[in-house]
Amino acid sequence: MCAHVPRCGHYGGEVEDMAEKVLMKGNEALAESAMRAGCRFFFGYPITPQTELAAYMAKRMPYVGGTYLQAESEIAAINMVYGAAAAGARVMTSSSSPGVSLKSEGISYMAGADLPGLIINVQRGGPGLGGIQPSQSDYWQATRAMGHGDFHCIVFAPSTVQEMCDLAYGAFDIADKYRNPVMILADGMLGQMMEPVELPKMIDPKTLPEKDWATTGHGDKREHNVINSLYLTADHLEKLNQARFEKYARVEAEEQRSESYLCDDADIIVVAFGASSRVARSAVNTAREQGIKVGLFRPITLWPFPKVALEETCSHAKAYLSVEMNMGQMIDDVKLVVAGRAPVEFYGRTGGVIPTPNEVLTKIKEMQASLIGKAGE
Amino acid sequence: MAETTKEMKVVFERPHALLPVVTNYCPGCTHGIVNRLVAEVIDELGVEGKTVGIAPVGCSVMAYDFFACDMIEAAHGRAPAVATAVKRVHPDNVVFAYQGDGDLASIGMAETVHAATRGENITVIFINNAIYGMTGGQMAPTSLPNQITQTSPYGRDVSKAGYPVRVCELLSTLDGVAYLERVTVDTPKSVRNAKKAIRKAFDTQIAKKGYSLVEVVSTCPTNWGLTPSEAFAWMRENMLPYYPLGVYKDVVADGYANAAEAALDRAKDCPLVVPSEEGSNS
Repeated sequence: MCAHVPRCGHYGGEVEDMAEKVLMKGNEALAESAMRAGCRFFFGYPITPQTELAAYMAKRMPYVGGTYLQAESEIAAINMVYGAAAAGARVMTSSSSPGVSLKSEGISYMAGADLPGLIINVQRGGPGLGGIQPSQSDYWQATRAMGHGDFHCIVFAPSTVQEMCDLAYGAFDIADKYRNPVMILADGMLGQMMEPVELPKMIDPKTLPEKDWATTGHGDKREHNVINSLYLTADHLEKLNQARFEKYARVEAEEQRSESYLCDDADIIVVAFGASSRVARSAVNTAREQGIKVGLFRPITLWPFPKVALEETCSHAKAYLSVEMNMGQMIDDVKLVVAGRAPVEFYGRTGGVIPTPNEVLTKIKEMQASLIGKAGE
Repeated sequence: MAETTKEMKVVFERPHALLPVVTNYCPGCTHGIVNRLVAEVIDELGVEGKTVGIAPVGCSVMAYDFFACDMIEAAHGRAPAVATAVKRVHPDNVVFAYQGDGDLASIGMAETVHAATRGENITVIFINNAIYGMTGGQMAPTSLPNQITQTSPYGRDVSKAGYPVRVCELLSTLDGVAYLERVTVDTPKSVRNAKKAIRKAFDTQIAKKGYSLVEVVSTCPTNWGLTPSEAFAWMRENMLPYYPLGVYKDVVADGYANAAEAALDRAKDCPLVVPSEEGSNS
């Protein structure tokens, strides 16, 4: 209807079906990669700092025959995700912390109806309206309480633009495999920074396997399909929840991912994910140069938490340090694995403040001094 | 038995689109009638195989057990958002939402208004019985002034609880809407008329003319504390004056091909909406 619709910018007219290397913002890489994974439906609502993602989708989707729809609210957006997932499509939404809270009801319904889909949280400071600077203060929400009821979201935490791309590309396969919502927990720093990224090959959604459970119209060929999360008989609901937790046990067994950096001989293990792991890595490198035996353990899946790999460090590590951009949330999961065998300390900044490598280094040195002190007693 | 069947002409049977199950509706409830009308229309159009129905929270929440087409149960109020996405994924599916007054006009008002204003090619069947049925008779957005409910025990005090929402009147102002009609099902004649309206709403969707909604002024004998026939009498006496029956929007009757054409005509003085041939707004 409008006379002048801007149609320019990189990724203009043609569909890229080859792998290629480009310079991109994290938010854009998430969007491009999700599309290449066969996602043709994006429903969202404007919020900082995920803005570039939705804008990129609005620009790109028409060229791949996809749908970008700006919903009237975060609540409507996640329910559109629910509907598109029920109809069998690869579908996603993206938001930032306050918006994700609004989506939590819909995410619970998706889990209850065993629907796959991708939810991206480009975190900002909270609680409430909080701020718009990067934060990791939705760790508890993502891993513990992504909505009401007995369920889990599968949660990935990228730390580079390349990893944002890779995780977004694989997220739909995981979501479809387990018929469960998947979240990518990023933050304003990762979302807005630019890095070179190798983009994967474009998947044509028509080539994806059909979902025989989807509500696409029975076509007089099968019984009617029902997508539902209501079970008024307590025994029935209990059995369904137990079955879902058997699925979660399989996820825990098969999908834990992490990176161990210089952990093999480390006395001190710094545990950090996402943006804070980049800061922690710098601190670890400097500490190593100064002769401190320190390593970085970086969870890539936050749920399931990479317990097995972290457990391996418990045979030799003398202390743990959880570095987060919040008041101390992931430290709970670290403590559950370490289980009292070594002290687990915390260093974090919150409210949108990013810790500096020097601050983390200072904390590592304090811990090293304490270890030497103990050894001398 | 088989011979007898051969000789006799079937004049009335269960619609194929309605599964042979017992519903959970209370005696005298109008949901059963409206479920059946929707199913009859699906049968007549021959679209059961490509129909997806969405029933959110309320007395009709278990409609997925009653309709033979594919069905989705949605969160309270969110059926229009779910329907939007289903239709966007499969534009040739016939998609309908079946919603009550609390669902559609209270918790789901935003989804209702925005699906309508986007002109989503979906059909909404709206059951207005002026009360929350499933939760046991609380005040609804459509409860009448001075109507006694569990949560307006002294009658709906409009000075505190505000006024009822007239959904058809409200939606009739939106450009994406192609067809709106308010009907009831209290007599055989009105049931036939309601079916015609539901058929027209489905036809509107199939012809991709825009958003369509049929409001069925209904009863809730259980929570109104009346017998079914008393309930119809109460409805006629009190609800119909507040919610007059009739067509509230019909872009085709107004001479347009669809909602989009009507919208364009209404905005014809806006140069951005209707650019001149010469491109003078560049």
